Amino acid sequence: MAAVHKPKNHIYGILLFFITLTGFAQMPIFKRYYIADIPGFGWLAQFYVTHAMHYIFASLLIALCVYGVVDFVLSKRSLTKISVSGLVKGMILLGLMVSGGLMVIRNLPGVYFSHTLIYAMNLGHLGLCMALITVSFYTLVKKKRLK
Amino acid sequence: MTSKISRRSFLKGSFTAAGSVAVTSSMVRAASSLARENTESLVTVIDIRKCIGCEECVYACQESNAPKFPAPERPFPQMFPKRVPVADWSDKKDVSNRLTPYNWLFIQPATATFAGEEFELTIPRRCMHCENPPCVKLCPWGAAKQEPNGLSRIDSDICLGGSKCKSVCPWNVPQRQTGVGLYLDILPSLAGNGVMYKCDRCYQKLEKGEMPACIEACPENVQTIGPRSEMIEKAHALAKQINGYIYGETENGGTNTIYVSQVPFDQLVLETGKGRPPMEKEEDRMADGSNLARAMLLAPIAGALAAFGKFYNRVKEDA
Repeated sequence: MAAVHKPKNHIYGILLFFITLTGFAQMPIFKRYYIADIPGFGWLAQFYVTHAMHYIFASLLIALCVYGVVDFVLSKRSLTKISVSGLVKGMILLGLMVSGGLMVIRNLPGVYFSHTLIYAMNLGHLGLCMALITVSFYTLVKKKRLK
Repeated sequence: MTSKISRRSFLKGSFTAAGSVAVTSSMVRAASSLARENTESLVTVIDIRKCIGCEECVYACQESNAPKFPAPERPFPQMFPKRVPVADWSDKKDVSNRLTPYNWLFIQPATATFAGEEFELTIPRRCMHCENPPCVKLCPWGAAKQEPNGLSRIDSDICLGGSKCKSVCPWNVPQRQTGVGLYLDILPSLAGNGVMYKCDRCYQKLEKGEMPACIEACPENVQTIGPRSEMIEKAHALAKQINGYIYGETENGGTNTIYVSQVPFDQLVLETGKGRPPMEKEEDRMADGSNLARAMLLAPIAGALAAFGKFYNRVKEDA
């Protein structure tokens, strides 16, 4: 990822938290495991609410990522300033956006994808999400930039 | 309406023989059209006036789909947490007055008083096969599928039985059976709870150009199936002819099941509840998602414009 300023970093972190939360809420787990029973968390078990929120946070994350990339290009910064972990996270984010974008298209009326593609998209999106969480925690804990 | 519920048992016996009568030439024509490559979805029109509640369709459905019914393994895994409900219909396979994993179609009795006349109706109820089915589109595993011919079905080899499809269905149609399916091989106590079952419109018969079992078996020709445009035209013509009403064409954004009745649907008194879906006006539940999806196209443009704006300001300050 491009070197980020503090406010953008915070926005990215908040977006990532909520998009992951609403993404996991697409699975019927929050009610099963009592999380939706906690006062103020009931919305996590309302699938249409979390679905709409996931779309909204996805839109904001896409906007932020495009902003970061265009800003990086216009600033004529060197690619060498991007850490290896940043590159890895960037590639995972791109994969999430592509698979997520395909799922959004799939959800529109009158759109039919093959069953294999749908299954691959669902598993791919979840797998990439888990990979992003893993890499993010790794860099957060280690505070290590892999060059 | 003259047909009474009490007639059902008499008619059931009478029409068992009639159900085996060779298909008429019009049915053969309709069946062959189902086999053709068709870009339009298939719609069934259900003329409620004709239904006598004989349940021939129910038994035909059970017989045709018996190989797909669940065969749960016992004992069921201990569920964690304990609040996770066990849904077991394997000892109640004969239940036919509601939707269950072993009964994908049932006859729902209804009464109404309209225009000074009392009506007793019997309505075949099953999956509506929505045009944009939330059960399919929101399944987190891709276990529910929609075919280009409009039918939606649940793949019992992939479904984990989380029941999300039932929660998001406006009619709560899919029904769960515990103790069967993929979850037993993953984390049986911690994730999943069986497999969800519902009408799949006898896809195996449609693939061969045959009629769904319920349509084929009906002695009264209550249901007609065909391409969407044709069936909508037919439903409207029928409604006009009987000065009647339509349900299903626009519900939940449009479904592939259209009921036609001489009684307004909001006047019907139905017994609803678990496994007995209502017949109320349903808004398009996927509409918000579809609108947000279209708005999502603006996101990259907004991001790029913000970056260009920052660049423009910087150049302006430098100049």
